[in-house]
Amino acid sequence: MPTFVYMTACDGCGHCVDICPSDIMHIDPVTRRAVNIEPNFCWECYSCVKACPQNAIDDRGYSDFAPMNHKVRVLREPEKGTISWRLKFRDGREKNFVSPIRTTEWGTIKCASEYEAPDASGIDGQELAHEPDYLKADGGLRRISTKQFKKHPIANKSTSSMKAAE
Amino acid sequence: MAGKKIVHVDSDILVIGGGFGGCGAAYESRYWGRDKNVVIVEKANIERSGAVAQGLYAINCYMGMRWGQNEPEDYVRYQRNDLMGLVREDLGYDIGRHVDSTVHKFEEWGLPIMTDENGQYQREGKWQIMIHGESYKPIVAEAARKAANKVYNRIMVTHLLMDKKQANRVAGAVGFNVRTGDFYVFQSKAVIVAAGGASHIFKPHSAGEGMGRTWYAPWSSGSAYALPIRVGAKMTQMENRIVLTRFKDGYGPVGAYFLHLKTYTENGFGEAYEPKWRDSIEQMVGDYVNHEPVPTCLRNHAFLKEVEAGGGPIRMVTKEAFKDPHKEIVGWENFLGMTIGQAVVWAANNIDPKEINPELVMSEPYVMGSHATCSGAWASGPEDYAPDEYQWGYNRMMTVDGLFGAGDTLGGTPHKFSSGSFTEGRLAGKAAVKYVNDLGTNVPEVDEAEYMALQVEIYQPLENYRVGRNEITGGTVSPSYLLPLAGLQRLEKIMDEYCGGCGQRYMVNTPLMERGIELLKMLKEDLANLGADGLHQLLRAWELHHRVLASECVMAHTMYREETRWPGYYYRGDFPKLDDKNWHCFTLSQYDERSGEFHMEKAPVYHIVDEHKKAAE
Repeated sequence: MPTFVYMTACDGCGHCVDICPSDIMHIDPVTRRAVNIEPNFCWECYSCVKACPQNAIDDRGYSDFAPMNHKVRVLREPEKGTISWRLKFRDGREKNFVSPIRTTEWGTIKCASEYEAPDASGIDGQELAHEPDYLKADGGLRRISTKQFKKHPIANKSTSSMKAAE
Repeated sequence: MAGKKIVHVDSDILVIGGGFGGCGAAYESRYWGRDKNVVIVEKANIERSGAVAQGLYAINCYMGMRWGQNEPEDYVRYQRNDLMGLVREDLGYDIGRHVDSTVHKFEEWGLPIMTDENGQYQREGKWQIMIHGESYKPIVAEAARKAANKVYNRIMVTHLLMDKKQANRVAGAVGFNVRTGDFYVFQSKAVIVAAGGASHIFKPHSAGEGMGRTWYAPWSSGSAYALPIRVGAKMTQMENRIVLTRFKDGYGPVGAYFLHLKTYTENGFGEAYEPKWRDSIEQMVGDYVNHEPVPTCLRNHAFLKEVEAGGGPIRMVTKEAFKDPHKEIVGWENFLGMTIGQAVVWAANNIDPKEINPELVMSEPYVMGSHATCSGAWASGPEDYAPDEYQWGYNRMMTVDGLFGAGDTLGGTPHKFSSGSFTEGRLAGKAAVKYVNDLGTNVPEVDEAEYMALQVEIYQPLENYRVGRNEITGGTVSPSYLLPLAGLQRLEKIMDEYCGGCGQRYMVNTPLMERGIELLKMLKEDLANLGADGLHQLLRAWELHHRVLASECVMAHTMYREETRWPGYYYRGDFPKLDDKNWHCFTLSQYDERSGEFHMEKAPVYHIVDEHKKAAE
């Protein structure tokens, strides 16, 4: 739901500005703190909430359909590889959830160019990088015979021009 | 001063959009093109951009060939069935035969995939596997960042550039930096459009703050379509917009609920309603009603008819399933992993699905190419088997030389989702490397006169605002300029009322669309008067340009197809039935920027696998 920023917690670091996919977290020139400038373009993706080092960003359900006094708080801990959620209902009930987010160390993905270069002829074939091994399928990359192809006839070949705008 | 500084970027392969399609394209381009200069340009930050920004709880496209679960032929049958017979089966088979290698790579990179008691991936349904995917996008972005020579974040690409010397060949793109205002001119031997589909072209149910909580991301601005449409790339199935049955207001997904938690729907009186509408569906679409699984659009149709008949609200029966603590956890984490907004809606409304069966809703329409819908550009198929009519060059190349696409961009290939979009990016990336190799010294060149003219056009909204703002005392109302939000809301109203939005119960006909086309024309004229008070609004202005051009194309396609192919997605009141005799084909359009016309034609459908699996299989 649209995010907002607590005045006393935000230090204006700009992590939220850097990550927001909708470009709606901005630094207010007067307060020098972050602010959601366009709540009606907020998807409530929580990218800013998760990225905030001060836990200064929270959200409040869209005013169109969410009664007040609820909370969905999150703590993302990349070094531990977990994300933790706490939900508080309007009537005070709570629910807590913890999930893993990654099974390997951050930054350890092998670059595509660190693999042995493929044979020059490979570019003309149909296999992609790491195939057929990574298909893990007996028989490798699947092929299909064009003999069984059936073309559905076009009954009426009419074309037309649509003047949608000039 | 915004737009004064020009930054030139040269590359061999330019990837526009750093979502799943773009990340796959960068990875594969690097693998095959060790010497190639690969550049990604993205309007946000690839760490959290695109439709998967907030994560996913399932990978919806995985064959499981290693365990004998599905073969690519099965996947083609599934796509074809769900889209009422019309898909590019050659492209679908290609996704199916490669997608498992993509998923296995994701697992190696660190994506937590759930497993069952046999050590196999935990299936949610026949095609879906369950993941803990909060960091799905950051993981994939890490691989893409390493693969690319450079990632340009926060640059909105506005136009493609064509080759100065050779007709119908792409040479690059232009855009502006949303932070610095600098004008960017990208010159590239090949371009891969991997931008997003379109939310916010039809008016959403929620019009206040809640307009942000669309099903598809509000930043999906139809750039996937506007960029290729403008340069004359042929588009297909743009009428095939999608309407989603989702949990009300938050648009939380129902897949895990139906498939894994085994919940089911009922009407407001606790009755099963789908069987009641079976015969009326049969009258509209004939034998398609007997297909298994029932196509997505037809299930929507039953929902819609039941609500119209006074049987609402439609609810998901969750109370039974949520008594199982494991299922309760899955139900909630499913939202927290990919649609946090739905968890907030339920918390705010005291809806605990253990005690209350939550309401469902049918969304406003969206135009995209990777879910249960397949709008997008017409692309060349795989070299080893695509029929001649589907093959004019390199795999996943559009009808413009050197212009490739992936994900939402390409048409005819539904049910790609995240893994299939990444896989399609890989296919496009490899093909682009081959294309660049084959070019040799015959390389494209951008036209300075063209990009200098575009520079003026791109920054015009800032100038319009600067001048017009002095005319008025303040506020948002000006006789001289239109703010991007005002233009967007006009577009949404036109499309809702004249092209089959939710406000019209998805109904449209020729007279409505004729009027809609007139209204779109005036809106398009008014776009020259967009006013932007800064770079953020300039971003919104160009997103609106993209949405309007995509909408015109949707309108032209919807007008051309004289049948109701997908009841539950939209209805042609003047052609209320499915018409296989005349319309078992693709619709193609080609835009002429000078005349503003869309030239429409039909293209044949090839069925490359049998209707049903043989008993012996």
